[in-house]
Amino acid sequence: MPHTSTGGRVTESVIETSALTKRYGKQLAVDQLSLTVPAGSVFGFLGPNGSGKTTTIRMLMGLIEPTSGRASVLGRPVPREIRTVLPHVGALIEGPALYGFLSGRDNLLRYDAADPTADPRTRRARAESALDRVGLTAAAGKKAKAYSLGMKQRLGLAAALLQPRRLLVLDEPTNGLDPQGMREIRALVRELASEGTTVFLSSHLLDEIEQVCTHAAVMAQGRLITQGPVAELAAGARGRLTVTTPDTGEAARVLKELGVTDLVVTEDRVTGEPPGAEEGAQAPGDLAELNAALVGAGVRVRGFGVERASLEDAFVALTGEGFDVAG
Amino acid sequence: MSRAEVDDVRVASGPREVRRIWTFGLFRSELGITFRRWRTLALLGVLAAVPILVGVAVKIETSDGSTLGGGGEGGGPAFIAQITNNGLFLVFTALAATLPFFLPMAVGVVAGDSIAGESSAGTLRYLLVAPAGRTRLLLVKYATTMTFCLVATLVVALSALTVGALLFPLGEVTTISGTRIGFGEGLLRALLIALVVAASLIGVAALGLFVSTLTSSGIAAMATTVGLLITIQILDQIPQLHAIHPYFFSHYWLSFADLMREPVYWDELLKNLGLQGLYAALFGSAAWARFGAKDITA
Ligand SMILES: Nc1ncnc2c1ncn2[C@@H]1O[C@H](COP(=O)(O)OP(=O)(O)OP(=O)(O)O)[C@@H](O)[C@H]1O
Ligand SMILES: [Mg+2]
Repeated sequence: MPHTSTGGRVTESVIETSALTKRYGKQLAVDQLSLTVPAGSVFGFLGPNGSGKTTTIRMLMGLIEPTSGRASVLGRPVPREIRTVLPHVGALIEGPALYGFLSGRDNLLRYDAADPTADPRTRRARAESALDRVGLTAAAGKKAKAYSLGMKQRLGLAAALLQPRRLLVLDEPTNGLDPQGMREIRALVRELASEGTTVFLSSHLLDEIEQVCTHAAVMAQGRLITQGPVAELAAGARGRLTVTTPDTGEAARVLKELGVTDLVVTEDRVTGEPPGAEEGAQAPGDLAELNAALVGAGVRVRGFGVERASLEDAFVALTGEGFDVAG
Repeated sequence: MSRAEVDDVRVASGPREVRRIWTFGLFRSELGITFRRWRTLALLGVLAAVPILVGVAVKIETSDGSTLGGGGEGGGPAFIAQITNNGLFLVFTALAATLPFFLPMAVGVVAGDSIAGESSAGTLRYLLVAPAGRTRLLLVKYATTMTFCLVATLVVALSALTVGALLFPLGEVTTISGTRIGFGEGLLRALLIALVVAASLIGVAALGLFVSTLTSSGIAAMATTVGLLITIQILDQIPQLHAIHPYFFSHYWLSFADLMREPVYWDELLKNLGLQGLYAALFGSAAWARFGAKDITA
């Protein structure tokens, strides 16, 4: 499609909300959300159960009316112009929903027929290639009620891929998939992103977000806690030096001398903040010296390394509590 | 964000547009899934069985050469006494027998389930993000329900015609007014009656569709619609409510018999059609207003 982008300006945003709010009775499901999803990004939308991810997605897709605030998708205000926006958006919202008495293929044909911009002449071919993309070709003739959860999830994804899309909104897409399926979906997401599709992906699997996303936002209790490039978010939490050794006491003493701070000694591990970590990047030379010093002092080192700062660390640092503690 | 930047992600640059003719694809798809459903086929099967039962019962009853008691418009469904003389009358009898309950119940099930069933299955949200468009989806659902009204009525009529032709003689038809018309003309009247009966169901269909937009449980919507149908039928029998009877959708239903008069007596027929139109407009708009603004949370 004619993507007349003027050199992929980072300021382009595919989803933009300002003070978006949804109230159910007394409960604020989404509270003053201001979100910016850059074009071309794979955007991870994180948050514990009940934090308002699905509610946000439903508002963006015009399924529910915001209580207040504004939102735009692909540069158009929603829900006002939702019908011009949606043909360019593929969505998987809160799990797949299928007609159990129809085959997988017929389910896709049904959803495609619902789109008045979809050409009926290419319908079958597009359904076949979508089935192929999610690895369901062999099971396409089976009734959807006989599908396993993972197969249903794949079919839901196939429905989102019936057309070339500018934006894919995927609400917990790997829910119910086997590890192989998860990997395939991640590969698919990367592939779509490389074709220029912006992917908005909600999840509570930090690992998953970290593996595929370029950007992320974190929600808790309906409020946005932070958003930005994943690398920046993860950099917010520093990596910790970890030494696995039976001689924990001696190791701790040596490390302390060499300027390692915040030392914590557990059964057979010593962890701490490596020197100079405040400045960010860790010079590999320093680590080698630390290791040499330990060995020189007769510490039997079984394992040595800096645990990469993960999104999970960033998350815990942000919320200061267990991830799945719902408010 | 400047104008130029906004334009870059604008969907206006996309190649896809709505094609009028393509929007009928949803109607075709809807017809497909409605009539492929086991439940729809079961309903049609029950409807087809009614004329068979009536025909066989009449045949057995009169096999010793006696005539059916009651006669005329007194006992049993209208026209039943004439079936032994002319199998075509089984069509009228079967329609008169199914119109008060079986037909509207079947329509109530299909109409009640139309939106609510999609909602409880979760498929509604995917139709809407496809994007089917709320008004378009509602129109398609309504058109499909009306098609079902027509098909259901024709199933009764054709089953009755087949059974009538197999079990009884066919021939000239004696109208209620006592005049005789040819068999061909009789068949035409039968078709006309079937169409009027189908049109009589428009009110229930609109009511069912409206109920369907109120809830996200298909079963609840079906039960409510059929419950309303029964309630109205009962209220229509209570003389004290005489003043409001003309507003019940079922009040003029049996006026289709007037098509068997010579000349046709149009007064109540037209009242019936007008009333059905009123129901369609009223509950159609109510359904549109409700569905257009509804939060789809299922
Ligand atoms: N239809 C509804 N009526 C009332 N409250 C609702 C409704 N839908 C959601 N909520 C409330 O809004 C809040 C946000 O729910 P939402 O489904 O958006 O969470 P989520 O982040 O998607 O959670 P999960 O990770 O479990 O999918 C929850 O507290 C929920 O109880
Ligand atoms: Mg959710």
